[in-house]
Amino acid sequence: MRLYAVVAAGGFRRHATYRAATAAGVFTNTVFGFIVAYTYMALWDVRPRLGGYDVSEAVTYVWLGQALLMTCAMMGGGFEDELSERIRTGDIAVDLYRPADLQLWWLAGDLGRAAFHLLGRGIVPMVLGALAFDLALPRSPWTWAAFLVSVSLGVVVSFGLRYLVALSAFWLMDGAGAMQMAMLAGLFFSGMLLPLTLFPGLLGEVARALPWSSLLQVPADVFLGKRTGWGLVQAYAFQAGWAVALLLAGRLLQSVATRRVVVQGG
Amino acid sequence: MAEAEVEAGAGRRDVADPGAWREDAFAGRSRLLEGVRAYGLIVAMWMRSTMAYRASFVMTTVGNFVATAFDFVTIMLMFTHVDALGGYTLPEIALLYGASATAFGLSDLLLGSVERLGRRVRDGTLDTLLVRPVPVLAQVAADRFALRRLGRITQGLLVLGYALVTLDIAWTPLKVVMLPLMVLSGAAVFGAVFVAGAAFQFFAQDASEVQNAFTYGGTTVLQYPPSIFAKELVRGVTFVVPLAFVSWLPALYVLGRDYPLGLPGWVAFLPPVVAALCWALASLAWRTGLRAYRSTGS
Repeated sequence: MRLYAVVAAGGFRRHATYRAATAAGVFTNTVFGFIVAYTYMALWDVRPRLGGYDVSEAVTYVWLGQALLMTCAMMGGGFEDELSERIRTGDIAVDLYRPADLQLWWLAGDLGRAAFHLLGRGIVPMVLGALAFDLALPRSPWTWAAFLVSVSLGVVVSFGLRYLVALSAFWLMDGAGAMQMAMLAGLFFSGMLLPLTLFPGLLGEVARALPWSSLLQVPADVFLGKRTGWGLVQAYAFQAGWAVALLLAGRLLQSVATRRVVVQGG
Repeated sequence: MAEAEVEAGAGRRDVADPGAWREDAFAGRSRLLEGVRAYGLIVAMWMRSTMAYRASFVMTTVGNFVATAFDFVTIMLMFTHVDALGGYTLPEIALLYGASATAFGLSDLLLGSVERLGRRVRDGTLDTLLVRPVPVLAQVAADRFALRRLGRITQGLLVLGYALVTLDIAWTPLKVVMLPLMVLSGAAVFGAVFVAGAAFQFFAQDASEVQNAFTYGGTTVLQYPPSIFAKELVRGVTFVVPLAFVSWLPALYVLGRDYPLGLPGWVAFLPPVVAALCWALASLAWRTGLRAYRSTGS
């Protein structure tokens, strides 16, 4: 357990090293926050109660998206490039010899990364958004706490998805295609483009049931107070269910993959 | 690409004045033509290299197409709930979108690679480019030329085509001329923004993502009508970073609509002038940046 805590701290520190890059990322997130907020305001101006949100909740949703984009790695990023590259080059053989669990090792590192991105890339855009727009911020500290729990579950779901993507390199050798597909799915089904409550008919129902909705839609609904009491429990159960299912799938794929691993020499 | 190792000390001398020796090497030849020729050669090399992995090329191009099409999918999803956004119908927004997406796609394909400059400054591989007898900008622009970016151009053209088919425009010869003029000058304006952003990376290094706010952010702004944005933002996009000349002003002329800032009608014909001005400023920034470059020396 101590080992994984050290790995997580390492993941945090590793990303915290690049201060200028973090500042630049915050700047870009903020610019996009402004742009998308105006488009949502135009939409909610015509349909004031669209998707069950009022206009200030909709704008809050935009800024939550910008704040969580990196934390929940909706467009990918984080560890999967590195892991799939290690699989491609054969360095994975070294990792498999280590006296640590492969999946837990990368999970710990990714949790550390997510914690840094929440602090480093999440807070400033949210504060700037709150200064420029009338945001619907939770009054109760419990809602904030409930939100943080939901974000944490979202990060684990995101990890579970990206771990499967990275392991696909065992079969595909070049993980770029799979990573791009995962990026597209993440962007579309997380609710980053538009809240999933606005997706029409069957597409909406499917999108809300898929794991990616745990990355933004569910945490945002918790933040906006749309999920309380029994609804909150259901939201957590949904996220935790996907997290467990994806982690188990990752384990299964890992054991299949390592059984067939043939390390390339040279 | 095989990267020749540059010795730490050797790089320094050239770095002090990277342009000086090149003038002798190219005496009597046009530097611009030489740059374009070199650019073409490097691009051809990267295209051959891309085609070595044909399946990967097809997948990444489709991916590029889908990823950039998401922007329009978002707009279409919005229009499942409304008939007009900021007073504009879907085909009208499609014209704004198609024009800016195509223009941006062109500049992204031809010059988008310059955004990788920060990485080369950081790891010192820019030194390799400095000792080659080819203009650095041509090398940086052609570096890892990504043919998959045709995906973005394709989807931009498709949306533009949809707009032109569905819109009921009172065509005049001027409006017809405006279409290619808008896309080409727009690509030039975005190209200048790319080069200026690359020049900024000589100083910023790690902060290369700032550039995305102006390039990707810029094209996102232009995909929506100006009427939905705050006046300050519209002013900034018109007078500070003149992206409004990429698509807003010329496209609104084609649509026969007024621009929110009450500018006179003839400004719609300014895009080529604005593009030239942007390139003058961008080349100045590029030269300043290149002159200020100090190698990592490692």
